[in-house]
Amino acid sequence: MSTFEFDGAGIEFRPGQTIGAALVAAGQVSWRTTRVGGVRRGLFCGIGICFDCLVTVEGEPNQRACLVVAEPGLTVTTQEGTGHEHD
Amino acid sequence: MSTTDVLVVGAGPAGLACAATILEHSSLSVVVVDAGHGPGGQYWRQPAPAVGADALDPAELADLHHDRARFDALLHRLEQGRTDGRLQLRSQHHVWSAVPDMQGYAVHAVDRGRGPSHVPGSTTVARALVLATGAFDRALPFPGWDLPGVMTVGGLQALLKAGGVVAGRRVALGGTGPFLLPVAAGLARHGATVVGVYEANRPARWLREGRAVARNAGKLGEGAGYAAALLRHRVPVRAGRMVVAAHGADRVEAITLARLDRAGHPVPGSDQRVAVDAVGVGWGFSPQLDLAVTLGVDLTPDVAGTEVVAVDDAQRTSRPGVYAAGEVCGVGGAPLALTEGRLAAAAVVADLTDGRVPADVVSSARRVVTRQRAFATAILRAHPVPAGWADRLAPDTIVCRCEEVTLGAVRAAIDERGARDARQVKQLTRTGMGWCQGRVCGYAAALLSSGRPGPAVERLVAAPVPLGTLGALAEPTARPSRRTGISDDAM
Amino acid sequence: MTRAVIIGAGIVGSACAEALTRRGVEVVVVDRSAVGSGTTSRGEGNILVSDKGPGTELSLAELSRRAWLEVGELIGPSLIELEEKGGLVVAQSRAGLEALARFATGQRAAGVTALDVGDPQVLEPRLAAGLPGAVHYPEDMQVQPVLAAAALLAAALERGATFRTGTDVTAAVRDGDGSLSGIRTADGQVIEADVVVNASGTWGGEVSERLGAPVPVLPRRGFVLVTEPLPPLVRHKVYSADYVDNVGSSDAGLETSCVVEGTRGGTVLIGASRERVGFDTTLSVPVVETLARQAVALFPFLARVNLLRVYRGFRPYCPDHLPVIGPDPRVPGVIHACGHEGAGIGLAAGTGRLVGDYVTGARTHESAGEWAELLPDRFAGPSEQQV
Repeated sequence: MSTFEFDGAGIEFRPGQTIGAALVAAGQVSWRTTRVGGVRRGLFCGIGICFDCLVTVEGEPNQRACLVVAEPGLTVTTQEGTGHEHD
Repeated sequence: MSTTDVLVVGAGPAGLACAATILEHSSLSVVVVDAGHGPGGQYWRQPAPAVGADALDPAELADLHHDRARFDALLHRLEQGRTDGRLQLRSQHHVWSAVPDMQGYAVHAVDRGRGPSHVPGSTTVARALVLATGAFDRALPFPGWDLPGVMTVGGLQALLKAGGVVAGRRVALGGTGPFLLPVAAGLARHGATVVGVYEANRPARWLREGRAVARNAGKLGEGAGYAAALLRHRVPVRAGRMVVAAHGADRVEAITLARLDRAGHPVPGSDQRVAVDAVGVGWGFSPQLDLAVTLGVDLTPDVAGTEVVAVDDAQRTSRPGVYAAGEVCGVGGAPLALTEGRLAAAAVVADLTDGRVPADVVSSARRVVTRQRAFATAILRAHPVPAGWADRLAPDTIVCRCEEVTLGAVRAAIDERGARDARQVKQLTRTGMGWCQGRVCGYAAALLSSGRPGPAVERLVAAPVPLGTLGALAEPTARPSRRTGISDDAM
Repeated sequence: MTRAVIIGAGIVGSACAEALTRRGVEVVVVDRSAVGSGTTSRGEGNILVSDKGPGTELSLAELSRRAWLEVGELIGPSLIELEEKGGLVVAQSRAGLEALARFATGQRAAGVTALDVGDPQVLEPRLAAGLPGAVHYPEDMQVQPVLAAAALLAAALERGATFRTGTDVTAAVRDGDGSLSGIRTADGQVIEADVVVNASGTWGGEVSERLGAPVPVLPRRGFVLVTEPLPPLVRHKVYSADYVDNVGSSDAGLETSCVVEGTRGGTVLIGASRERVGFDTTLSVPVVETLARQAVALFPFLARVNLLRVYRGFRPYCPDHLPVIGPDPRVPGVIHACGHEGAGIGLAAGTGRLVGDYVTGARTHESAGEWAELLPDRFAGPSEQQV
């Protein structure tokens, strides 16, 4: 089974799935917190329009989980706020 | 930079039919640019191409595409075009700008298919530009709509079609429109318990549109098929109901439904709570107009007041060399989009070559378009947003999900500072200034401030572009500016 | 009581309304659209002294800076996002640094605080390494233009002013002696007034013609880039000093000079270009690309930051690049307050003060003094002055 890493845990997926689909299939519904209210968000529109499913992939923040295709060995992490480090 | 005769933006039914028809009836070169992982658009959305024993096989999801044969025929035609060197399909390319160029139109895209840290840009110049950019789900805010597990109906469908994933065990669908039915049927077939389909409008409305419905008997048959599937899976379809709240801590756990009165307002005391772990709500679709608006083509309102691209009976826009087909010309479903795509191709071939698409093909396509537009209009009339959609919003209900602007702030901008349209609400509250640029909240902001869908929004940049990608494209041609050059507050 | 009609509810018209009602003038503000919906909504909100060499514009900028601070006291600085963040002009070459140093010396003589900075990264840690030097202008400020215009107008309304949106002015109404008695609107109404203030920004030329007192105000297109939301990584208004050693070019071609600054909302704004192309609304991709390249050269971290939005505006400019402020002798009662080009937000509060002086008679055409250079007379040919 193919897996990628999400916040340190292995997420099994089927090649062809996006990161968002794989996370939902694994029971995760949210993978970022908002920058104002700090509340959790996950998929909403599912087609790249709403940018609610932003997540950090391979250290690169603000990737749409509904668009990025899952690949074995990827490192995916929950995104806090803007996803960028403060000074 | 590369050049082509025709550039088609969008690889859904309209774009694919257009490209295939051009390839069949001319020797023009065609580039199709699309943001998806492969051809198909939302309608024929597929898993990303993948190999391996555990890879998701599109055949597992074939039941979600009842006209798969038509799609395969189009793919076959495109494959021939690719073999002949006349077609390029650029998937995962997000077009951020299409502007006039000396040779026609320059289309700028970023390639999001090379991994998160490598996002190259590309420019293609074409003699003719076909806008087949489709549509996206129209959302309206309600208390709790920002909880994880609450999605658009199209989002649930995309997750299933492309990922083979049902979003929850107990799923509710709400909103309005015939699209709710196939999504419910698909979810039920793939293992979800669909606790209910809550259609805000009432079937009686359809009877008033009898003529258009009667002339599209095929569509009715399609609807009847979904109805049978829903019956088989014991999915209740309840008319005159609306999801007025979603509840939960870190994810949705329940929804509240309310019954709507004849005028479309939730009836006090009619609330009913239903336990769910996923919800899809959709109020129809908004055409994806970003490129059309910045190109300055004429728009026209549909029966619901939503602006769409105005085209002649050959799918030509008001701008020479720019054509439009499918949902950008008014939401009407895949069969209409396919036909419009073929018509647009006929116009491109007529305008760019000495050849012609056979006249009988064109005239029969025009008849189909006329008939199906009438049907689409009937559907729009039968499925309005209910007048009371905002009755149950609370001051702390989020309106703008990106910037986390509440209804209270939006109302203050309207009531206390005189905002009369979505743009003024945006300027005063940041509603629509975030990542999605108002694509999700703009419709609600317009309804709240002006009571109407409002004019199409101009977005000069149609998709995010890394500044490094842009900078790499720049030629250092511009001169630094003089004296007052740095003071640009009031530009 | 003096009655004034102000044409335009942009930043300048709103500042005039606030200044006039403060002095007891009865004010009606008219606009075709909503408050701050024209060029005001397309700007970055600069209140600058750093970009101005000694002269009338710098004097107005200094007056205006003080006036903005008073406005901030009146309204509450956070409501209009007024920030005394300071400007940092960064040289990118040795020659650029020398030109910048000369420019700053002249400014200091005119009273501007301009501090030499040996290592710009001390003030802006995210700047590119190895830049030869910079000048820090602590007096530069920033404001959110639409919020500021709305707040200024609201202050005037509280003092009894009225605002008529959706109102297009077609002509001045004049008495038998030729002096002004009001304005006529597109729906045929007459609004009586003793003075009319032309604060119609980029449309100031057209409005001035309708009033019978034409002044040349032309559009100059500009684009501003807006990024995704970020933490506060850019602290000042940071500009390239390129402009200093490239003075004198004033033809129709494209000019860009990079300005990078953060906002309260988290976005970074990157401005700004200037082109004289009339009201052409097309997005210029080369301009966007050039601004992006210049911004990344200053702040390398921006390479991986997404551009989300570009806004386009048309700055109102006069041929000599100075605003036109003051009474028009051709039609007594008409006072111009437009043509501020790229400095309208910064100069608005001071413009309101000057217009207040002229309306109340505290200052007249004849006693314009140090502000005489801004009077409309400078455009009029001899024959027009007889009209």
